[in-house]
Amino acid sequence: MSETIRLKKGLNVPVKGDAECRLSKTVLPGIVAVQPSDFKGLLPRLLVKEGDKVLAGSPVLSDKKNPQILVCAPASGTVKEIVRGEKRKLLAVLIQTEDQQQYVEFNPGKIEEIDGAQVKEAMLSAGVWPWIIQRPYGIIADPAVTPKAIFISAFDSAPLSADADYAFEGEKKNLQAGIDALAKIAKVHVSFNAKTAAKSPLAGVKNAETHFFEGKHPAGNVGVQISNIDPIMKGETVWTVSLTGLCAIGKLFNSGKYDACRKVAVAGPKAIMPSYICTLPGMPMSYIKPWTGSDAEGIRIVSGNILSGTNVGMDGYLGFFDNCITIIGEGTEAELFGWIRPIRYKQFSTDHCYFSWLMPWRKYDMDTNLHGGPRAFLVSDSYYAKVLPMDIYPLFLVKACLAGDIDKMEKFGIYEVLPEDLALCEFVDPSKNNIQDIISKGIDLMLKEMA
Amino acid sequence: MNKIFEKGGKLYFLHSTVDAFETFLRVPPTVTRKGAHIRDAVDLKRIIILALIAVVPTAIFGMWNVGFQHDLADASVNMNVLQEFWYGLLKVLPLYIVSYVVGLFIEFGTAQIRGEEVNEGFLMTGFLIPLIVPVDVPLWMLAVAVAFATIFGKEVFGGTGMNIWNPALLTRAFLFFSYPNDMSGANGWISLKGCGQLVDGFTGATPLAIATDGMDALTNAGAQYSTSFWTMFWGGVPGAVGETSTIAILLGAILIIWTGVGSWKTMISSVAGALFIGGLANLLGASDIPCYYHLVMGGFAFGTVFMATDPVTSAQTETGKYIYGFFIGAMCVIIRLFNPGYAEGMMLAILLGNTFAPLIDTCVTSCHIKARNRKVVVR
Repeated sequence: MSETIRLKKGLNVPVKGDAECRLSKTVLPGIVAVQPSDFKGLLPRLLVKEGDKVLAGSPVLSDKKNPQILVCAPASGTVKEIVRGEKRKLLAVLIQTEDQQQYVEFNPGKIEEIDGAQVKEAMLSAGVWPWIIQRPYGIIADPAVTPKAIFISAFDSAPLSADADYAFEGEKKNLQAGIDALAKIAKVHVSFNAKTAAKSPLAGVKNAETHFFEGKHPAGNVGVQISNIDPIMKGETVWTVSLTGLCAIGKLFNSGKYDACRKVAVAGPKAIMPSYICTLPGMPMSYIKPWTGSDAEGIRIVSGNILSGTNVGMDGYLGFFDNCITIIGEGTEAELFGWIRPIRYKQFSTDHCYFSWLMPWRKYDMDTNLHGGPRAFLVSDSYYAKVLPMDIYPLFLVKACLAGDIDKMEKFGIYEVLPEDLALCEFVDPSKNNIQDIISKGIDLMLKEMA
Repeated sequence: MNKIFEKGGKLYFLHSTVDAFETFLRVPPTVTRKGAHIRDAVDLKRIIILALIAVVPTAIFGMWNVGFQHDLADASVNMNVLQEFWYGLLKVLPLYIVSYVVGLFIEFGTAQIRGEEVNEGFLMTGFLIPLIVPVDVPLWMLAVAVAFATIFGKEVFGGTGMNIWNPALLTRAFLFFSYPNDMSGANGWISLKGCGQLVDGFTGATPLAIATDGMDALTNAGAQYSTSFWTMFWGGVPGAVGETSTIAILLGAILIIWTGVGSWKTMISSVAGALFIGGLANLLGASDIPCYYHLVMGGFAFGTVFMATDPVTSAQTETGKYIYGFFIGAMCVIIRLFNPGYAEGMMLAILLGNTFAPLIDTCVTSCHIKARNRKVVVR
């Protein structure tokens, strides 16, 4: 099946600061953080103490519900500090890295010779299991469940996100090994950007069904792709893996090491010379000082993309799943007569109440200003559906989540979405509601009620 | 914002009010806290102000028409265009003042009680209300009606965005059912205050009221104003302040459709619904008023463009909008033709449409989801 799926709905937010396809440095951070909050649905049990020696691939955390699931140290060194918050909640395990990296040697066996159960076991013990995200709900997959299929998106369409074709250049062997391994568990689907499929590091992939997508963001979101290939119905489970995760899985089977190293795009309107760095997850953000300049006042550092990433600040760390850091200015300036001016040349709006939709070639220096105050939903469902290429009613789903009505949430497709899929709905909302947060709370409610 | 207006400050009870004026003047320096870090520049203030601008031509024409109708009715005066406009402005301005003062007072008060920001919704509602009432409505009645519509039509449901019925139309409905003597028939549509001597053959009835007696009655009305199709199209006939000129309303419709504030689907299907029932009545001989007359008479055009398209109270789904619009257009003409007591049907049709909009949406979404599930299972 290689016909192109054309998505008409969506929006490419024209924000300035795309990262140039150039590796400006390779960072082995002095400290790396393992943060349980990166993993939705993980109830962390700490496996190390301060002062312990760890290797890259040594388990640091396990899941209390499912002790097979391990989160491993991305680098070797000693556990420097265990950071706890209120009520002793575990926030992060900080590992002081050493110059000579040592890896735990795994022996996953040759892919051709092992079966699905052995693949699972190898992935679990080497700490690459948390890469497997289960839908519905977007939590770490339960190894006991056999999914309907495994979906992989070979491109990222979010604004300022890492260019997958560049970030995974030269990783073809590892990516293919990852797919070969996953194909032992369930059928693998890979979705390409129809326009750049030939340049993709996954071009000519074997052992997987390929699909081609054409359209604006969120065409690259795996949730949107699933919805257009084979929607998730009640009772079904599918798994998804990002390319970064696929690469780590492949490296495990190719080299027997847990290697979470990745190319990370440092981008954004306030980034100086946006480009790529090669680093590990849990890198302290202080390493990107060269991109923010010495005066980082009034600047927001987001781990992940600008629509659904996390504001971590200069003291934060790169998230486990993220391969993009976005630097934007805080919009703390009040704009006199902003909304009543006929033309606001410097502001972007997709709404026809302004004129920026007539100038599609322009890029904007956006900041974090909310451009309004929170209100009840006023505009109708189609306003949001315009940017969501899924066959669901976004506003009805959001309202069902607000009401906590499980039946309606099911009916309107809570199983198919993660907050990131509705990020654009949140972007365009003139009522300035936190739609991703509402969906996330709805998913939490489903997890609680369905458990 | 000054500290004394913040929580714990002495003047905290004025918090929402101060916030409303402050954000009216400038976009607040609030930044995103959760979710998407960047947001679209559009907000409800912008959307509502554009909807309001779309109504401005209608309002200006309406003011002039108040003076024009007075001029036609009064044999003792002869005014020029500017005098007519001035007369109308002085007549309509008090309606605006009452509408805004009463409505905004309630809106600010409830926002303060709830501890929320003041919603812009009433700017639009308050602008529409004077345009859909008879010009000679006593101001105290208007005040009572606005208070009723704002409190029981909107605030009890949770404010703008949560209301079931269009608050402006509720105002009119309240007036018509509470004070029918002052509102219906031939009273109130033409401003006669300070009128010297009425012209011969004066009638205070609107063309719509005359048309209940059939096409002959309409053509031979012998009123002081012309009852031809074109006069009704450009709007030189008596009626509620803003509803008479289809041309001015069409200008507004262009802006509303261009900006996407109101749905063209609702408008088109409402026109289709009216033509369908009107045409059916022509064919079956139930009425000899040509069906297209219904589009220019009474409040049909105004209701279709500015009232039925209100995104809060209309159907939410795209398919639903077609059904909802058609229902309103059809219902309007049905009420006009088959209800002997009450000539105008648009207000009731839209309120009825508002009532059924959630049901329409439920049907549309359920059908769609069922069909989709079936398709997925087959695949």
